[in-house]
Formats: sequence, C-alpha cells, structure tokens
Amino acid sequence: MYSIFKKEIRSFLSSLIAYVVIIVFLLLNGLFTWVFADGNVLTLGYANLDVLFYMAPWIFIFLISAITMRAISEEIKQGTYEILGTKPLTDLNIILGKYFAAVVLVFFAIVPTFIYFYSIYQLGLPKGNIDVGATWGSYIGLILLGACYAAIGLFASAITPNQIVAFIFSMVLCFFFYVGFQQLSNLNLFGSKDSIVQALGIQYHYDSISRGVVDTRDLVYFGSLITFFLGLTYLTLDSRKW
Amino acid sequence: MSIEIKNLTKVYGTQKAIDSISFSISAGEIVGFLGPNGAGKSTTMKILSGYIPQTSGNASILGMDVAKEPLKIKERVGYLPELNPLYNEMYIKEYLQFNADIYKIKNAKEAIEHVIEITGLTLERKKKIGQLSKGYKQRVGLAQALLNNPDVLILDEPTSGLDPNQMTEIRKLIVELGKNKTILLSTHIMQEVEAMCSRVIIINKGKIVADDQVGNIKNRLKNTAKTTRVRFRDTIEVNKLKEQSGVEAVVAIESNVYEVTASNGTDLAELLFKFAIASNTIITEQIELSESLENVFHQLTKNV
Repeated sequence: MYSIFKKEIRSFLSSLIAYVVIIVFLLLNGLFTWVFADGNVLTLGYANLDVLFYMAPWIFIFLISAITMRAISEEIKQGTYEILGTKPLTDLNIILGKYFAAVVLVFFAIVPTFIYFYSIYQLGLPKGNIDVGATWGSYIGLILLGACYAAIGLFASAITPNQIVAFIFSMVLCFFFYVGFQQLSNLNLFGSKDSIVQALGIQYHYDSISRGVVDTRDLVYFGSLITFFLGLTYLTLDSRKW
Repeated sequence: MSIEIKNLTKVYGTQKAIDSISFSISAGEIVGFLGPNGAGKSTTMKILSGYIPQTSGNASILGMDVAKEPLKIKERVGYLPELNPLYNEMYIKEYLQFNADIYKIKNAKEAIEHVIEITGLTLERKKKIGQLSKGYKQRVGLAQALLNNPDVLILDEPTSGLDPNQMTEIRKLIVELGKNKTILLSTHIMQEVEAMCSRVIIINKGKIVADDQVGNIKNRLKNTAKTTRVRFRDTIEVNKLKEQSGVEAVVAIESNVYEVTASNGTDLAELLFKFAIASNTIITEQIELSESLENVFHQLTKNV
C-alpha cells in the first residue's frame, strides 16, 4: 500500500496537480474570506471563519473530483492496472494507497488556511475573541468532508476509463451527497422520515461537527460513507474476476 | 514442475476462451505458446499471472496453486502483459524504484542497476519512459518483470510491434535469461519460436492442438504430405504434372509457379527434376514449404 501511496504523491507533485489544487483552493477561499465585498470577514465584522467553512465544501466538489478523476481510470485505460494486478499487491492495497494519497493532498490544501484562523484570532476585539472550539470542529468536519469526497471520486474513477466522465460523475455524486439529501428533506415528501433523509446527507453532519462538538454519530456517519464508497470501488475493480 | 496446468477452462459470458487445457513446464525450459489471435494465449497467461481467475481447473506455479496463494506466487513470477503498459510520465529509474517498493526489495539500488544493465538500458537510464522508442520501452517492461529476480517469466508477445533489429535483440535477451529461468512466451510468429524455444505448445480456439519439441513438430510433417513451391523457366502442362505418380495436388500460383503436394514417401525433388527434363524446361526456384514451422502451424490451426 505504501508503494502505491508514494507513487501517487510523487505523481501529484510531478504533474503539478498538487500545486494547482492547493493554489486554487487557497486563492478562491482567500478571495471569498478577505476580499470579495459581499460578506468578507472584515466588512461583516464578526470574528469567525464562517465564510471559509461555507465556501470550502463547494470548492472541494470540483477540486477533489479533479484530484481523483485519473486515479484509477487512467490505470485501466493505459493497461497499467494489469501490471499492478500481477504484482504482490491486493486490490485493497491499491485502492487504499490511492485513497490516502488523495486525502493527504486535501489535508495539505487545508493546512495553510490556519493562517486565516491565526489572523482572526489576532484581529479579534479583544484579541483571541474567536470560538476556538467551533473553529477546530469545523476544520475536523472539513477534513472528514474532503475524505468523503475523495472516496466518492475514487469510486467514480473506477467505473469508467474516461477521466472526464469520472470527473463529472464524481461532482454529481459529491453534490448530491453534500446537499441533495438536505434539499430532499426540505421538500417534506417523506413526512416523519424527513429527518432520516436529512441525516443521510453530508451537510447535516458537517454542520453538526462545525458547532464544535465532535459527536460519535457524525464520526460513524463519515466513516460509514467512506467505507461504503471504498467498498464500491473495491467491488468495481474486483468485478473483472467474476 | 515450474508451471502446471490441469483442465484449465475460462468462460467469458457464454464464450469459452480456453477449454480444458493441460500442460506442464519443467524448470529451465523456454516454451513458446503459439496460436492465432484470439486463441486463448493471453487468457491463459493472465490466469497464470494471477490477474484473473479461471472458471474451472487448476493452475499452479512452483508447486503453489495460483488461486490459493496469489501473493506468494506473484513474488516469484515476472509478467510482461501484451501491450506492455507503462507510465509514460515516469523516469525509468523512478518506475523501477516504484516496482522495487512494491516487492520490498532490500538492496533496491543494486537490483535496479542490475536490471538496467542486463536489459541494455544503461544509455537511456536518465530518460522519461515516454521519450523512449518502442524497443526500449519493451526493455523497460522486461526490466520491471525481472526486478524481483523471478524463477518463472511469463511474457505475452514480447516482440510484437518491434522492428527486426529490436526483435533480434529482445530475442537474444530472452534466450540469455532462459539460462536460469523458466520462460513461457506467447507469439504468433513462427520464426520466433524456432529462434528461442526448445518446446512449443500450439493452441487454437481454446484447445491445445500440439505440444512437442520444436524439432519433433517440424519432423511431424516430413512423414506426411509435403508441399513444394516450384518455379519453372517456362509454362508447363499442369495436367501432365498432376498425372505423375505420387503427386496429390498442383496449385498454380503464377503461370510458371506451382505449389505441388506429394503423397507420403515420395521424393518430390527427384520427381520434379525428372519432370522438368521431360518437359524440356529447367527449375529456376524450389522451396520446400512443409519444412517451416509456419506450415505446421497452418495445418494444425486450420479448421480444427
């Protein structure tokens, strides 16, 4: 697994994907948080990072899909998957290696925004007047959300040898899991079951963690969603053996 | 036995890619796996390399069952897939280092240097794989298959798409490797088998149609009907040639070129020589077709 992880990280770095992703993520979030007139931190005047945590999941929808779109589809298209499949590696080794590489990249895109946190901490009146617990909670939520998107993207990449299809399919799935269930429940179609439908979506749990309380129910949800999509990826790759 | 296959069958949907084939290869043999496209060569090799499982039957390498101990076998087998897939954006050394990581090779640096040397990549070692010519890419493919110093090598069409010089070089390399490894290689080029292999297994439509030493297979047709292509200086009377005792068939290729098939035990050379004198002409060219493995291949794989 480590060999695949290392190879993926190297390929992110040598193909510029890593730099582009990190720069785009920081650029967009930086603009929304500090510059754009409607709703930046300075004009709103509240010592929090709500803008960042509102925008980041949307930006991640296409950035993480872009990170993962080639992960497996390219291997299958080029035939290199056959080489990996005949090395002393299991399919699970390959999937997890690629998955953790994507998650690490997401993590390193998020880390520089700690500077925003520090800035607001310093700018607060009085100094340090920011809800530290809620902010850390939001960061944990954002990393878990990124981890879910990465699992979804990897699955999308496994089902087609076409990168563009994988990219679009991944975005659609991420979008649906992020807000789809939430919106579905808002339609009040299921009566008393609406709250269950709402709890199937990522946003519900992301918001819950953002309040600064790391609830095991949310952790179990994120863990299950990741396992579910990595499991589907495994089944897709394993289907060549059926 | 290095490789042992018993009643191996693979079914894709409703189509039988290989149909209950059995053979075994002992240590140190170089065996050519011959057959037309779609005969089931690649399928057999994919099963042996552990990429896909068989539908029924057994395959074992070095005494271990392919289906039961895939990871152990993969440690000791080198496999070159048919189209030699590679990561074009990687450097040769980077790619080999990646493979060394997979095998968890301890002296990775030495192992990489060693395979670079034996595959003749020394001069190209600093290049990206994408920049290499097809022949050198093939060497990189071989290098990754050799990195773990495998006991068994499975090479799926190792020379396809190469120019004649590159082919000769890769063949040389394979023969060299065969001195201390068991090699199963597939091809649909007959000369290749004659140049490299001691034994040949011919497969057609999922079934083995011949499995013998290269020499024996060639001899096989010596005792059956022979075909000779003959060019006379002048046009001859075909019917007269057909009437000669021992001649079974005459096919006109050009106005003065014929493929003459003789029955068992007939000395066709003598017959044609005498016929030419009698017809007051001379033979300007004469090729014995049945001597080549090519012909055996045609015979064995047609309408089975």
